[in-house]
Amino acid sequence: MRKPKALLFEMSRSGRLGYSLPDCDVPEKPLAELIPEKHQRSEPLDLPELSEGEIIRHFTELSTRNFGVDTGFYPLGSCTMKYNPKVNEETAALSGFSLLHPCQPEETVQGALELLYKMEQELKELTGMDRFTLQPAAGAHGELTGLMVIQAYHHHRGDSKRNRVLIPLSAHGTNPATVSMAGYEVVQVPCDERGLVDLEALKEAVDENTSALMLTNPSTLGLFEEDIVAIARTVHEAGGLLYYDGANMNAIMGYIRPGDMGFDVVHLNLHKTMSTPHGGGGPGSGPVGVKERLIPFLPVPLVDNKNDQFFFNYDLPESIGKMHSFYGNFGVVVKAYTYLRMMGAEGLKQASGDAVLNANYLMNLLKKNYWLPYDRICKHEFVLSAKPEKKKGAGAGDIAKALLDRGFHPPTVYFPLIVEDALMIEPTETETKETLDAFAEVMTEIAKDIDEDAEKVAHGPYNTVVGRLDEVQAARNPVLRWEKK
Amino acid sequence: MMDYKIVDGVRYTQKHEWVRPEGETAKVGLSDYAQDKLGEIVFVELPEVGVEVEAGKSSAVIESVKAVADLYAPIDGKVVEVNEELLDQPELINSDPYGEGWVYKVEIRDGNQLEILMDKKAYEVFVAEEEEE
Amino acid sequence: MGGKHYLPLTDEDRKEMLAAIGARSMEDLFSDIPSEMRVKGKLALSPALSESEALKHLSELAAKNRHTDSCVSFMGAGIYDHFIPSVVKHVIGRSEFCTSYTPYQPEVSQGILQAIFEYQTMICQLTGMDVANASMYDGGTAVTEGAIMGCGATRRSKVLVSRSVSPFYRAIMANYYDSRGLALEEIPLKDGCTDLEELAEMVDGETASVVVQQPNFFGLIEETEGLADLIHDQKAVLVVCADPISLPLLQPPSEYGADIVVGEGQCLGVPSSFGGPALGIIAARQKFVRQMPGRIAGETVDSEGNRGYVLTLQTREQHIRREKAASNICSNQALVALAASVYMATLGRQGMREVAEQCIQKAAYAREKISALKGYEEVFPGRCFKEFAVKVPGKPANLNCALLEKNILGGVDLEPFYPELKQTMLFTVTEKRTAEEINTLVRELEGWK
Repeated sequence: MRKPKALLFEMSRSGRLGYSLPDCDVPEKPLAELIPEKHQRSEPLDLPELSEGEIIRHFTELSTRNFGVDTGFYPLGSCTMKYNPKVNEETAALSGFSLLHPCQPEETVQGALELLYKMEQELKELTGMDRFTLQPAAGAHGELTGLMVIQAYHHHRGDSKRNRVLIPLSAHGTNPATVSMAGYEVVQVPCDERGLVDLEALKEAVDENTSALMLTNPSTLGLFEEDIVAIARTVHEAGGLLYYDGANMNAIMGYIRPGDMGFDVVHLNLHKTMSTPHGGGGPGSGPVGVKERLIPFLPVPLVDNKNDQFFFNYDLPESIGKMHSFYGNFGVVVKAYTYLRMMGAEGLKQASGDAVLNANYLMNLLKKNYWLPYDRICKHEFVLSAKPEKKKGAGAGDIAKALLDRGFHPPTVYFPLIVEDALMIEPTETETKETLDAFAEVMTEIAKDIDEDAEKVAHGPYNTVVGRLDEVQAARNPVLRWEKK
Repeated sequence: MMDYKIVDGVRYTQKHEWVRPEGETAKVGLSDYAQDKLGEIVFVELPEVGVEVEAGKSSAVIESVKAVADLYAPIDGKVVEVNEELLDQPELINSDPYGEGWVYKVEIRDGNQLEILMDKKAYEVFVAEEEEE
Repeated sequence: MGGKHYLPLTDEDRKEMLAAIGARSMEDLFSDIPSEMRVKGKLALSPALSESEALKHLSELAAKNRHTDSCVSFMGAGIYDHFIPSVVKHVIGRSEFCTSYTPYQPEVSQGILQAIFEYQTMICQLTGMDVANASMYDGGTAVTEGAIMGCGATRRSKVLVSRSVSPFYRAIMANYYDSRGLALEEIPLKDGCTDLEELAEMVDGETASVVVQQPNFFGLIEETEGLADLIHDQKAVLVVCADPISLPLLQPPSEYGADIVVGEGQCLGVPSSFGGPALGIIAARQKFVRQMPGRIAGETVDSEGNRGYVLTLQTREQHIRREKAASNICSNQALVALAASVYMATLGRQGMREVAEQCIQKAAYAREKISALKGYEEVFPGRCFKEFAVKVPGKPANLNCALLEKNILGGVDLEPFYPELKQTMLFTVTEKRTAEEINTLVRELEGWK
């Protein structure tokens, strides 16, 4: 199975062409007249030289060395790797969307503005919020936007001492990183034995310096924060705001809305919940929705409508300003809007229902052979602990590699941090019962393999194009680019 | 279980740093237990020579592939020397934590600060308790 | 219901699965959600569409827009209409790339990891830097975070940015730095370029980063001689925001002392898409690698000594360092970076140079013709690369309106960003424009009343 692959640069041959440009048809001037010599590059640029056919073969081969949702089951917890409908790609590629320049006059982009406007209406209803900005380009970008809006809100009220943001211990690392980026201090709130936010500890932690609580609900353990009413009351009574991290929105669409739970700010991950492809790491999109009192602080521009004309509204004097050079990842929004329109209210509710059903069904199958530290109804995902297997000699990371050998993408491993050797499994609603059964069977086999020969499991994978890669060497002696020998 | 190397002649902190007095100065490093927990170390961020470190405050950063640990200063003082070998060979902390894997040398300001740290015996008990958990 | 075909469970499946769990109904699975907050009935979303209806609806919306295929575009200001070879679309459409997540499991992600490694290499070749990351959201966020790298490296908190840096980018900087408690000061202009004398006055021992753009927002080539010395004398960091299309022709920023190079990579084979997805480029000298935000791919070996690639230096990142991370960014624009890679490899050594040369030739041609017209004036004297500012005899909005009637997408009005530049427009000419198209523009400008 091992298969070496050359780099573009190693395939390059001097004089080979991969393009054809038309001849320059304006009268040309000597270069030195257009650009002083000292500003010119002295050494020619050493980019690769390949023919078009070679380029296609190179990248096609690279694609075969990659695993996507279209390749197989991808139960990567907290990432919502659902099927990415193909029609989304068609709509986003329409010239009327993909070839718009962001500075075009508004009258020439009425369709695009209408789409943004309509998307906002759908998201408002879905989440129970009063307005959305579609500008943030990713979830983390949405978090930063949300916290900046909260900061501006407090400051505007003359309440500038609130310098702390509370985060449960189970939170994704992005939350604390965002808090620092927004100039805040992080206060960690512990979880109780149910895996939920420890309400008593929260009451202790909340005070007049609390700016907000960031919460993912359901949490990264896949558990619904049942005390959400009390949590919201506690934070609000202290003058803080409630931030909803929408990473796990896929569990609750049509069942409950963040706005109704008491959240003041919400970000969604369109690349998770709204089925847009992850693209090997991006582009994503992280719209942020707010309640009425926070609208004045949203980034500019918002899209509004006057006399049947859509326009960019920059008239928000209290706005935090801009988060993105233009309007965010518009192309991703087109895909997500297509999905929303295809699903409708019933479809989205069914999607969340099936996501939760699939997760509970798979959890039920897997807990026969693996340790489930929080054994209760889960939402769209659940977390196993491979601590017992680790004691036998093969932990969560090794189980992941064994899954690769059997054609499955592994779950998220070693996260959340509050579960030792965590395996975080999110099947999503687009998987069949047969796939879940097959996955459970393979997990059972792996458990058996660990009992018989943990050492072997600890050295996998065996059927992949490369074996287990040495991350220590990569970090100790970083080689971050190809260099000519 | 208890096969971590715990040596004599140094004092230990509860955050698993060690400090070895050598006359006016003292060397500081990470205990064998701590390096084992961190795993293979890939990078060390050393303090600058001449800076003042404060007991209990972060004075250096030790990184493995998937974890980052602060090295908290065991005692107050001015850093007089750093182990530059670690820049190229951070793994020295793994292979020889009490010897070639030392991190920096500090001027001792207050000898009493050493007294309140753990000796070999106390640290053995402390590590055993941590392991229990 | 429209999207039913995305949901494979049958009613029979659901029944069996609920029984296996020991639940009586779907409601049981949601019994942990307080009932008083639950959605009563159905959400008032727009009715579901079938695929053909959705395509029709979206096509109708799209048809309401003019775009750069239905118009001849002279609009730039950071987002450009360069030619995109067909191969780019085909490669990024490969679903193994498109539908994968961030490569957490390197053994089944060698494709995207190697592609990122190749991207990083080509960005380093273009900029002359030692390291590049796997990309940021866009040019603006790359500039913003690039200057923050300087703050991390110098442990200072003041950033100077030239007014000739894109106003779109400066707006993001102002917003980010305000909330983070970093100071931002703008360096005044002289003839549309950074005033180096003012810069010399402003840069001091508290300055972390100085940001300039090359070619600058007005398309002008900035003076680079002596620039870096001014900054390095104060131990501050020079951040250069560069147009990657210009770099095969222009002196690489490394040669005039840049420490960090950032930029917008949309011009490298990516459709304009109303400004996003775009591609934020960050590259730097080796010593800044630990301040770098975002993903970085690195080469290593597997257990048998085979070459392979992994995400590396991850302790900089949010999932490990949490509140002490270099940035909160988790995603990158990997698929867009892949497009840029395919573009750069396809154009290659010769093609990239040719694109740059045609840009500069065609822009110079257009500039000369337009500024010779009665009522039109060149605003700045300096050399330009692919865009230039022109004072026009009337309101830019009206001019653009007239041009649109001839299917021409005109220039960007500069006055909203530079109040002193009345009736001034920024025209952009890429290699894609033909002599005939330029001549038509010139004719229309001449005839405009």
